[in-house]
Formats: sequence, C-alpha cells, structure tokens
Amino acid sequence: MAVKYEKVKAVEKEHAVVDGVDVSGHWNRMFEQRVIFEYTPELIEKVASIPNAESFANCYQCAKCVAVCPVDVVGNYGPRKLYRYAQTGTDLTEAPELWLCTTCANCLRVCPKEVNMVKIMPAAREQAILDGKFVPPELQQAFENTAKSGNPLGQPQRKRDAWIQNAGVPIPIIKDLGRPVDVLWYVGSYPSYHPRGIDAASAAARIFTALGIDFAVLGKEEKDDADSQRLAGEKGLFEMMAEHNIATFNSYEWKELVVTGPHELNAFKNVYPKYGFERPVLHYTTFLARYLDQLKPLLKHEVNVKVTYHDPCYLGRHNGEYEAPRKLLEAIPGVELVEMSRNRENGYCCGGGGGGMWMDSFTAKHTKMRLSEKRAMEAASTGANVLAVACPFEVSRFEDAVKSTGNEHVTVNDILELLDRSMRGEQ
Amino acid sequence: MNIVVAIKHIPSIADDLPVKGNNVDFDSVDFVLNEFDEQSIEQAVLVKEAVGGTVTVVGVDLIGELDNVLHLALAKGADKAVKVTADEPGADSHQQAKWLAEAIKGMSPDIVFAGVQASNDLDGQIGPMIAAYLDMPYIGGVSSVEAAEGTAIVTKEFAGGNAGKYSVSLPIVVGVQAAPKPPRYAPVSKVRQVAQTATIEKISPSADGAGAGLSMKKMAPPVVTGHAEMFTGSSKEVAAKIVELLKSKGLA
Repeated sequence: MAVKYEKVKAVEKEHAVVDGVDVSGHWNRMFEQRVIFEYTPELIEKVASIPNAESFANCYQCAKCVAVCPVDVVGNYGPRKLYRYAQTGTDLTEAPELWLCTTCANCLRVCPKEVNMVKIMPAAREQAILDGKFVPPELQQAFENTAKSGNPLGQPQRKRDAWIQNAGVPIPIIKDLGRPVDVLWYVGSYPSYHPRGIDAASAAARIFTALGIDFAVLGKEEKDDADSQRLAGEKGLFEMMAEHNIATFNSYEWKELVVTGPHELNAFKNVYPKYGFERPVLHYTTFLARYLDQLKPLLKHEVNVKVTYHDPCYLGRHNGEYEAPRKLLEAIPGVELVEMSRNRENGYCCGGGGGGMWMDSFTAKHTKMRLSEKRAMEAASTGANVLAVACPFEVSRFEDAVKSTGNEHVTVNDILELLDRSMRGEQ
Repeated sequence: MNIVVAIKHIPSIADDLPVKGNNVDFDSVDFVLNEFDEQSIEQAVLVKEAVGGTVTVVGVDLIGELDNVLHLALAKGADKAVKVTADEPGADSHQQAKWLAEAIKGMSPDIVFAGVQASNDLDGQIGPMIAAYLDMPYIGGVSSVEAAEGTAIVTKEFAGGNAGKYSVSLPIVVGVQAAPKPPRYAPVSKVRQVAQTATIEKISPSADGAGAGLSMKKMAPPVVTGHAEMFTGSSKEVAAKIVELLKSKGLA
C-alpha cells in the first residue's frame, strides 16, 4: 500500500504589504496548511484490532519511548516510530520491525498513553505466525526445539539433570526424595544445558547447600518455562509447556519456588496465575538476600574485582527487583561495585528478551550493532573488570559481546559464580 | 492432484547414539522425523498450493509415537495421514519401502514424494524401492517440482553446484533433496487442535519379510585415534609453528 506524499508547498506572493510595510520577496513566504488526511489509519487499525494489541492506537507520538528504546540506540526503532511506519504504509505483521522488540518495557515506563508493547508485540507476532507469515528461521528452530525437546537448545530431555553429577555437592531430585521440601529450585534450560549456565547452576547448588537450605530440583521432569517463546508470539507453545510445568509443580509438596532466571520468575509469578498456578515464586537474588546474615560469614575469600551490574529487564523493570543483586555483590569482600549510566529502572536491555535470544543473526541484519555489544561497551567504559549478571541468557550473550567489541579484559560472571568464588576461593 | 508423501521416523542424533547389543538402543533414544522428509512434506504442500489436490502422508509407526509427526504434517497442510502399525523399531529401509508401497498402492497417486535419504542408514532406498514396487519411474536428488496436469518440471541437483531440469510425466516417485523454500512453521496451537480432531488411518503391515537380508554384526561408537594439537603463543609464534609443521610434512 503505497501512499504518495507531497512536500509542504511554500507560498510566496509577488507583492505583499503587511500593515503598510512592503514585505515582498522571501519575507512574505507562507506555508500551506499541511494536509494530514493523506495518512491512512488502516494499518494502525490492523494492529490495534488484534486482541491485546489495542493500545497501539493510543499513541499520540510524543516520542518519549524512542528516547529510552534500547533498539533505537543501535537502530531506527521505538513504538512511536512503529506507529509512524504503520501510518505511512508499513504492515507491522509483515515487516522485520515486528521481530526487533525485546519487550524490555522501558517504553511502557515512560509512556503517558500506556501504549503497551509488552502486550502488542506478542499479539502481533502471534497473528503473523498463525497467518503463516515470515518467522525468522532461527526463532522457528527455537520454537521447534522447545516443542520437541522441552528446551530451546534442542538438548535431550533425559539429559536435563546430567549437570548435577559434577556440581560437587549432592543435589536431591524431588521425585527420588519422596518428602516435602522447603524450596523447589527450578533450574531452567540454560543453567541445565549451556556450559556457562551449568557453572552458575553448580555455584547455586553449592551456595544453597552451604546455607543448609532444604531444597530439591525436578530433574528430568523440568521443562522450559517458554515465557520468551510466548513473547515471541508462540502462545500455544507456552500454554503446552505451562500445562506440563504446573502439573509437575503441583504433584510435589514444597513451600517456595526459587528460580535461577528472571524470565522464569516472570512466567511463574505473573503469567501462570492466569492458568491456575498461584504459589510463592522468588528469583535467586531475592531469595539469597534474605540469607545475607548467614551468607556473609561464608564469604571468606576476597574477590578483588571492580564489578558493574547489569539489571536484567525481567528482574528489574518487569518485577521490581533492583536492590537484592546489589546487596549480594556488596556482601562479597573485595568487590567494588560501580554503576553504568543506564541502570535500575533505566537499565539497558541485553537484547535477549522477547525471543531476541534466538534472533541474534536476524537482529544483527537490522541494527548497527547487537544490543549486548552496546551494553558490553557501556560496562567496559565504567572501568569495571567484571560484568555481573543475574539472568542465564546473559552470560553467553555478553561473553560474545565483550569479545566482538574488543573488551576481553571484562569478565562476565553470574552473581552466583562470584558468591561461590568468595565462598571457596579461586579454584 | 493426488500427492502422497512417504516418511520415515528415525532415531535422533541430537545426542550420543546409545548402543545395545548389535543395534541402537531403541528404548533410550528419541525418534524424530527424517529431515529430508521435512523437506519432502514442504515440497508436497507447495505443489498442492500451486495446482490444488490432496496431500496424504504415510509412515511406518515403529515405536508407537508416529502420531506426533503426522499431526505436525497435517498442521503444515497435509490433508490425510496414514500409519502402518509395525511396532518394529529395527525395520530396515527395504522392509519399510515394502510396507509403504503396500499402503500407497490403493491411493493411485500422481506424485509420491520421499526424502532422498535418511540420516540413520544413508542408503537412499525407500524412494527407488517404492517406485519399483509400484512400477513407477523414480527421480532423486530433487530440489524443486513444478507440477501441471499429467506432467511436472523437476529440478535435480548434481555435483559441483550443477542442476538439471527434467520434464517428467506423471505418475512418478520423487526423492526430495530440498524443498525450494525452508519448511514452514506449524504453530503449536494448530498442531494441538489437529491432534484433537484428526483421524489417522491405520494399516496393518503384511507379514511378508522384505528386509535387505543383512544382519548387523556389531555397532559401536567410532574409536578416537587422532587428536588436535593446539599451538599457543603470539600470532607470530603460532604462524612460525604452522610454517614449520607444513614444511615437516613436505607441504611447503
């Protein structure tokens, strides 16, 4: 649908006298009123008519969102721009822009009209998927892997608990334990399969054990939370996984569910209640911050590093936890914590949310650099030599990013790894 | 157009292949659709979209889990699904080709698609053997099919990036190397909906033994013999070591 736009015409009279003064020539130039009717609302309505995407039509183009959009920093993006693209002929359900939003929610934080991209984008993507439109192949692979293997990495389900053999402490599986526990620890897909995720999971197991926490894991019964798949538009897949996970959670007795990842926190705390699961869910940082007094004496070894902490969008903005991770880092002897300019509520997105984790190649084609690379550069500019994270998506993302931006002197560590290092000393 | 797709369910190689006795330990391995059959289903649906008709997917149910694969094919655009209930995880491609041919025989197909080979045996026999059983011609290594009434233009791949275009008359059996487009995505909600409503026709396998007559003497993971040597040091030092190595091997 191509609309032809004409530039505003300037009107210049050959001879003009205003209040008795001759202002002939360019002094009397006037501009014709701009015709705003040339814009069609059709493609805006097309998006806003999708259930849950209604607020797209609320935009009055103040552009506050563009100023905080992490994708705009590395490209030409933002909710207001998407609205404008729709106004000038772009069908969002067919455009590459459909897949660039990471649902980081920074725009929603500043939007005076409550245009909610966290709802709009998944709804528009779902519509595109159901209509058989273009889906980035790498994202398609992650969906298929999740449906087939129970995790986006495509690793076999029966190997989900293989990592516990090398954690250095016994990790009880709730099915074998046969009794109620205080804490059911949902490990997550990346901590179960990704080598660097396993490092963090093993550290968590050692910390929980040292604190004497009565915990167990689901082992081979655990499947991906699929929240990011939902945000990437695969609601049906999310629901299938949610049914499995809720049935599994409900088949055992436990007091609190502790998760390694912020995306799992968001799924179990904010979305699973719609499917009938309402139980206490905590991110590990919130959970461990509660044990600070017991934890501090265990942190015997100095970890002499300058650390900057990256707020995961789904721990911070989406779930309001900014302080627990910082308290844990400050509890480690020898750690000097410095902040990046974009932090807490205004934290910059790593690019992994909303399915971005599985669209790196696609996103790279439509942006100047990856979001993770931008953030790695921000981390390096603080002079920190450790970039601390609290989301299993981030270790691999930032480890690639520090390399590709020439900042290899910055080490990327999960907070769990730093706590573990202080507990056990350098291994 | 009456389009039939013959598919194969094979052990997944996403993980180390577990071995038990002289064969794969079929009880502790996941089964997946042969990846060439994914291409084959896509090609079949593309032909249907271009000229109309019905797509019937036929497979041998080796472990009782073929329904998932058939539901996925239906969600991607197939119209009918048929399974031969064999429950023999070790059935070889010759035996499966016989069962598939028996199932397809009554369907009077215009085109039968089969993946050009499967990653479990790599023998590429299913397509040609179905063609032989049904007394139909076969063309393999195909990367594109444009069908019309009674004929089709088929692109076949050759070595070195060459391709040949053939005009063939139908009916024919086509061994699919790749579909012209990547296989489409079937949303889970659609697959689940299909799973609730679809009926899968069941066919009992004939008792005729038609295996290749080969028996497996031993199956074992490959023995590691060599190893990679990693050079360390500055780029200049590493470069010098590489040059030295190439000279010592008489290559520079």
